Amino acid sequence: MYPLNAWYAAAWDTEVGRTLLPRTICERPVVLYRTSEGTPVALADACWHRLVPLSMGRLDGDNLVCGYHGVTYGPNGRCTRMPAQETLNPSAAVTSYPVVERHRYVWIWPGDPDRADPALVPDLHWNDDPAWAGDGERIELDCDYRLVLDNLMDLTHEQFLHADSLANDELSDAEPDVAHDADSVTLTRWMHGIEAPPFLAMQLRRKSPEYRGPVDRWQIIRFTAPSTVTIDVGVAPVGTGAPEGDRSAGVNGHVLNTITPAGPGRCHYFWAFTRNYHLGDQGLTNLLRQNVSCVFGQDTDMLNAQQRAIEANPDHEFYNLNIDIGGMWARRIIDAKVAAEQGRERTHPTTLASVAATTRRSA
Amino acid sequence: MSGGTKRVATVEARDEAAPDIALITLRLPTPALVPPPGSHLDVTVRLPGGDETRSYSLVDLGHDDGLLRIAVRRRRDGRGGSVWMHSLTRGDELEVVGPVDEFPLNPGSAPSVLLAAGIGITPVLGLARALRSRSSDYRIVYAGRSREHMAFAQELEAAHPGLVTLAESARGGRVSPAEVVARVPRGGVLYVCGPMGLLRDVRRAWQQEGRSPADLRFETFGTSGDHAARPYQVTVERLGVTVQVPVGTSMLDALQAAGVEIMYDCLRGECGLCRVRILESDGPVDHRDVFLSSRQRAEGRQMCACVSRIAGRGVTIDC
Repeated sequence: MYPLNAWYAAAWDTEVGRTLLPRTICERPVVLYRTSEGTPVALADACWHRLVPLSMGRLDGDNLVCGYHGVTYGPNGRCTRMPAQETLNPSAAVTSYPVVERHRYVWIWPGDPDRADPALVPDLHWNDDPAWAGDGERIELDCDYRLVLDNLMDLTHEQFLHADSLANDELSDAEPDVAHDADSVTLTRWMHGIEAPPFLAMQLRRKSPEYRGPVDRWQIIRFTAPSTVTIDVGVAPVGTGAPEGDRSAGVNGHVLNTITPAGPGRCHYFWAFTRNYHLGDQGLTNLLRQNVSCVFGQDTDMLNAQQRAIEANPDHEFYNLNIDIGGMWARRIIDAKVAAEQGRERTHPTTLASVAATTRRSA
Repeated sequence: MSGGTKRVATVEARDEAAPDIALITLRLPTPALVPPPGSHLDVTVRLPGGDETRSYSLVDLGHDDGLLRIAVRRRRDGRGGSVWMHSLTRGDELEVVGPVDEFPLNPGSAPSVLLAAGIGITPVLGLARALRSRSSDYRIVYAGRSREHMAFAQELEAAHPGLVTLAESARGGRVSPAEVVARVPRGGVLYVCGPMGLLRDVRRAWQQEGRSPADLRFETFGTSGDHAARPYQVTVERLGVTVQVPVGTSMLDALQAAGVEIMYDCLRGECGLCRVRILESDGPVDHRDVFLSSRQRAEGRQMCACVSRIAGRGVTIDC
């Protein structure tokens, strides 16, 4: 279950070029490429003629030539050439999806093209803002995209799943503030006067090599429907004014996450870690990417295993704890959007809360 | 045709949109969503020879009331479907499939010209409305006999002030295909909805200007030709079969009824699978398909048996 009238990240900008990239987005097979001028294109990855994947074809200038019989399509999806005949069949076309390139991703709109307003692309500006530096990866996950949202909306799991990098006992002590509206959920958690966890301590030492004292740590998690989560994280030496708004003595990162449903029980997870210090240090960029990649590898194993367990226990539903509130709000917002799109009633909160069954049923 | 589910629609109203043009409002069992622009409805028409399917573009007059509207011009020399449609009255039921979305706008914001003639205006209403809501650069050229005979002319002008050009033949108005084509901005799209002759001439002009074939969009349900339909005889020499093709029956149907195996698919002159080789004809071929190019038509060696006819006494073919 996911809204269709939304921008979803289809690929990192560098993945899309003068080759044919197949990818399943919201259960729709899509082929991505760039025109000779560099404009990204997303066409349905099934030839109008006999449905073979167009991604097995080749580019001819800005057009895509089917690899089987040579039926050719322009970037707008209209057929421009048919084999063995002198005219074009007037119906011959494949869907051309609205596409926007922004914040180092190529975004695709699977729903009503007339509603595809580029202003609605999720704000991940840290990815290409000169005041920030960083990089990330794409992870192919064998789980429902909402399990990733649950994971990101409840960082108490850092204490256990990421004990070697991100754990603080205070994570489960400090309750986050929760704010929500029709499109977003924001969870704010401050941990005052604690020891920095290894991943953040390492970064603080880069910036202030001599400081060894306690820090104030923050995590501000913001979900934007349908599937983007940005996390403002960092630590600053105690007493330098971070809780009051002056973070200049600390280190600050933004973890950018956007998840795109693929097939049922599968999703593409795009993430990046950006920082606002030592901007020109490519070695640090590589190191942080590798570190976060290891952390998210732990999440990958857990999320894939969770999906398998959900499927292996069809009679079981979820129990929810108070730590799940962020993910539950996200699911309720998504359900409201899908309900509006499909013209149905919203799912009853009680049903929606026992989501394991829903997660199993559809992407 | 389209493989959708048949539903029973009830005639909610039948109004006159213009002389000989009925605006038929249909209610489906469940309220219909506003169909995508360029959609049509496949309707089962009851004819003496049995049931047949006709396709009618949905008319978008800006309603969002869950009802569907089609406009049908009565063709006395047609195959009988339009006459049957005109016999419908409020409360009558008919079987429909759709809406079928097969004439969508091109995605993007290329400048567009919509050219309609006669009853071809029906899909243009929705296409124009969609272009307007996209804030596209578009114009509409609408050809007909005279304003009084042109359905929806007033609605169109009201909805698209300053963007509609009416060409009334009774008042000397003419549509010059070359002129229409020349006025489509480079890289623009021309949508044509009208009789085969108009499409043929526009296509030639489009080709002469070296425009991309993919930017000429058209829809035809393969029912109009250069000549009035008349009965003729078709002979398949190889099989020793000679059959009569009455008005209201296609060559394809007549041959199949006589046991001649012919391959076909789209039944509206688009796919070219039903082409037959012409060995000899004693009248002009009235090509009503969109498959054959002007060069192939000029050669006169083949025709599409699903829609095209002979304007003479007979034809000898191989198939």
